[in-house]
Amino acid sequence: MGEIFAIVFGAIFINNFVLSRFLGICPFMGVSKKVETSLGMGMAVTFVMGLASFVTWLLEYYVLVPNQLEYLRTIVFILVIASLVQFVELVIRKASPTLYQSLGIFLPLITTNCAVLGVAILNIQLGYNLFEAVVFGTAAAVGFTLALVIMAGIRERLEFVFVPKHFQGVSIAMIIAGILSLAFGGFKGMM
Amino acid sequence: MSVISEFSKGIIKENAVFRLVLGLCPTLAVTTKAEFGLGMGVATSAVLVCSNLAISLMRNFIPAKIRIPSFIIIIATFVTMVDMLLNAYMPALHAQLGIFVPLIVVNCVILGRAEAFASKSPVVHSLADGLGIGLGFAFSLTLLGAVRELLGAGTIFNVNILGAAYEPFKVFGSPPGAFLALGLLMALVNMLSKKYKLE
Repeated sequence: MGEIFAIVFGAIFINNFVLSRFLGICPFMGVSKKVETSLGMGMAVTFVMGLASFVTWLLEYYVLVPNQLEYLRTIVFILVIASLVQFVELVIRKASPTLYQSLGIFLPLITTNCAVLGVAILNIQLGYNLFEAVVFGTAAAVGFTLALVIMAGIRERLEFVFVPKHFQGVSIAMIIAGILSLAFGGFKGMM
Repeated sequence: MSVISEFSKGIIKENAVFRLVLGLCPTLAVTTKAEFGLGMGVATSAVLVCSNLAISLMRNFIPAKIRIPSFIIIIATFVTMVDMLLNAYMPALHAQLGIFVPLIVVNCVILGRAEAFASKSPVVHSLADGLGIGLGFAFSLTLLGAVRELLGAGTIFNVNILGAAYEPFKVFGSPPGAFLALGLLMALVNMLSKKYKLE
């Protein structure tokens, strides 16, 4: 139980995927202008990352390792993730049109979100078992969502303040992310 | 456009990191030192040039509907090759770059060039485009790495620049420093490009 807690806490706060591992920076910068959309993006990513952790773990240990095909990992994982995203999009569209309305536009973007492929590869490198892998994948995505929502909250406020001319746009967002990352660094002492 | 201008546009005018703001994950993650930035930049450029070449050669055979998955397979193949080559010949660099070597697959610069350029352009132009964008990317990563290494450790390419008396800003070697350094560099690039009218 303690180990699972350590994985969850570590993935959300200490080694936050965005602020400390630098995975998923593109959506972090691109979709963090409004709290509502960043929540939607976060939910879609959480769903896909949990599912991707599950599927890629099974593939690694039941298909690639027995056939000594580990060198194909990158190709197989990215293909699986791409088709998984398509599949999820189809299912959600059929099953729940309202959910599709809110998540739909984010789904195609997730394929190129490096957090998804990153978590699949990290699960293998860290030697997690199936349960730990799914927990790690979901917790990492929750950490991603947390960073995204905090960032969106700050950027909404930023609309009303004076920003020096050359810092406008991505530049100031980077500096805010740096300060956020410093703040999250405070959690390092807790473990 | 001529081949020369396809090549040169990627270096400053359409610089992947500073102008198009693409490929930020590896940019921030591996640039603790100038040499890691350069290594990552060269590895990514190699994949970009090869994938641009292959996709441009095959552009008339790939059906439009399944072009994105096809591009991803082509890119992933070259990434696997680079991954194995790095592992075999430069194991220290390979260990430093870690999971960001396989993650070159999802670098949006590469898929972006494949979709926006190589799938519609002749071979020579695609090669020039890949080389130019790749060079610009490698240059940006090396620059950011050099700035972070200089402030964080007083060295560039492991050569001591600021002398023994310099008290390093340790933060620039850690994750928050990556965001801060890139944010400040972007502001500087914005300022310079306004001043010299590069827009």
